[in-house]
Amino acid sequence: MFNDTVINEINEIRAKYPDRKSALLPALYVAQREFGWLSQEAMESVAHALNLPAAFVRGTASFYSMFKHKPVGRNVIQLCTNVSCMILGAEKLVDFLKTKYGVEPNATSEDGRFSLVIMECIGACGTAPAMLVNTDFHENLTEKSLEKILDKYK
Amino acid sequence: MENFLLRNIDNPNSADIGEYEKSGGYKNLTRALGMEAAEVLEEVKASGLRGRGGAGFPTFMKWNFAKADPKFPKYLLCNADEGEPGTFKDRPILEKNPHLLIEGMAISGYVLGAEHGYIYLRGEYPAAKDILEAAIKQAYEKNLLGDNILGKGFNFSLAVHQGAGAYICGEETALIESLEGKKGQPRTKPPFPVNVGVWDMPTIVNNVETLSNLPLIMEIGGEAYSKIGSEECPGPKLFCVSGFVEKPGVYELPMGTNLKDIIYKHCGGIKNGGKLKAVIPGGISTPVFPADGIDCAMDFVAVPKAGSMLGSGAVIVMDESVCMVKVTYRALKFFEHESCGKCVPCREGTDWLRKILERIENGFGREGDIELLLDVVKVMIGRTFCPLGDGAAGVVTAMIKHFRNEFEEHISTRKCKLSEAN
Ligand SMILES: Cc1cc2nc3c(=O)[nH]c(=O)nc-3n(C[C@H](O)[C@H](O)[C@H](O)COP(=O)(O)O)c2cc1C
Repeated sequence: MFNDTVINEINEIRAKYPDRKSALLPALYVAQREFGWLSQEAMESVAHALNLPAAFVRGTASFYSMFKHKPVGRNVIQLCTNVSCMILGAEKLVDFLKTKYGVEPNATSEDGRFSLVIMECIGACGTAPAMLVNTDFHENLTEKSLEKILDKYK
Repeated sequence: MENFLLRNIDNPNSADIGEYEKSGGYKNLTRALGMEAAEVLEEVKASGLRGRGGAGFPTFMKWNFAKADPKFPKYLLCNADEGEPGTFKDRPILEKNPHLLIEGMAISGYVLGAEHGYIYLRGEYPAAKDILEAAIKQAYEKNLLGDNILGKGFNFSLAVHQGAGAYICGEETALIESLEGKKGQPRTKPPFPVNVGVWDMPTIVNNVETLSNLPLIMEIGGEAYSKIGSEECPGPKLFCVSGFVEKPGVYELPMGTNLKDIIYKHCGGIKNGGKLKAVIPGGISTPVFPADGIDCAMDFVAVPKAGSMLGSGAVIVMDESVCMVKVTYRALKFFEHESCGKCVPCREGTDWLRKILERIENGFGREGDIELLLDVVKVMIGRTFCPLGDGAAGVVTAMIKHFRNEFEEHISTRKCKLSEAN
């Protein structure tokens, strides 16, 4: 269950809406930050904090692709492969990540350093190919620049 | 034409309220609050503003419906889901010019009698969340948001609500469901959100760019605004251009600028002197134009006449190195992933289309697969719950119409020539 600081944070979020259900998405983000992913315990904590049925919380959480339903690595690479990125070489970058870092799409490298998520457009099409690492944008990627960027994420 | 939506964008502190005020920011809110709400609405009517979220619906009409509903409170939702692949036009406003949007929302709230606003922001824009929240805080501190704004008796609260990676939440009723904490599945219409929206109250959903036009309408007046760009859908328009052009990026140009000029004049032509093959004019859900089909005014009237849609103004440019079967397959992979699962024609249709396209692209296409694709398309069009399924079907139809030979070649030679070459 959440500690008091987190409970307070969730209560503050709740005050922004006339209905407590609306605080669910933001609260799930908080839970994901606290637990690293949405484990059973994480979702139950949210259900408890917002006084919502656990099944409702699970139902909502399962719909959205940015909620993680299994543990992830220390750094999450979110690489776009939609059309604008694909035509400028994003798929080669997926292969490169596989050979160089041993990380497959929707999986985590053995050393736990990287998870790779294939994204559906991250709004960086003018600077394609692009990715988010955790919450940082990186654009105009090449194999070389990718390697340099990832050096910074241990 | 001087930039308005992208004004100040090169200033590294453009997101700060002080910088925004220096270039005249929030004067237009003051101006609006000095007028009757009905007078401001008349300006919006005169401006001819149409929604920039994709459908081009007249903003005045939507607002009039919402105002006519006697229920209170009313809610103003800004659609910042920007999920249509190829689209990155709202991002510069959100990250670089957040006060323009805030001012636009406050003006809109005043006109509509809506005292509460939410910005539904896609989860993929974490930086924008921090920037918007900081900007909102500044606006509250200066009483440009909150209670009794500028002493004029108008209250308007504003908060950011972060989505979590679901394209369908850009559809306005799915957005409302998502804001209510549920799965983002579209609602049956009618009732329309203007009557029964979020928390069952009258709700106005507008795109970021639409709302960001309000300060300009106040600044120059509806009449002068209506003289910018196309007669039937005036104003400045953000075009976001990606793919094989020399200078991709977001361009603020008059609505109705010719697509050819966007590509060749503004974006410097095809990358590395390549040869143009195809252009998707309004984001991945809009039908493709072949190279000889791009002499077209980019607005909500001319593009449909030419067989596609303006959509979000997301122009994706492809040269001869791009395989159209592969693009179609990738697009369908997207639609299959993002179909919300509520209605059968979309859920099953996108799955079938993706499977057939995948085997064609991978060299396992069968005789009759093109007809099969068109068959599946036929049972989708007009039968899906929301436009997502229609969009997917329209993409396949247009690709086969203009590039049928590529599909045939994949099937007869059992390979993708261009993928092998790259
Ligand atoms: C599948 C789907 C996705 C959509 N995505 C967006 C979006 O990301 N942003 C947006 O503003 N409108 C989007 N729309 C359009 C909205 O439903 C709605 O028409 C729009 O927000 C209205 O604002 P406007 O009148 O200012 O254009 C989408 C529609 C559909 C059917």
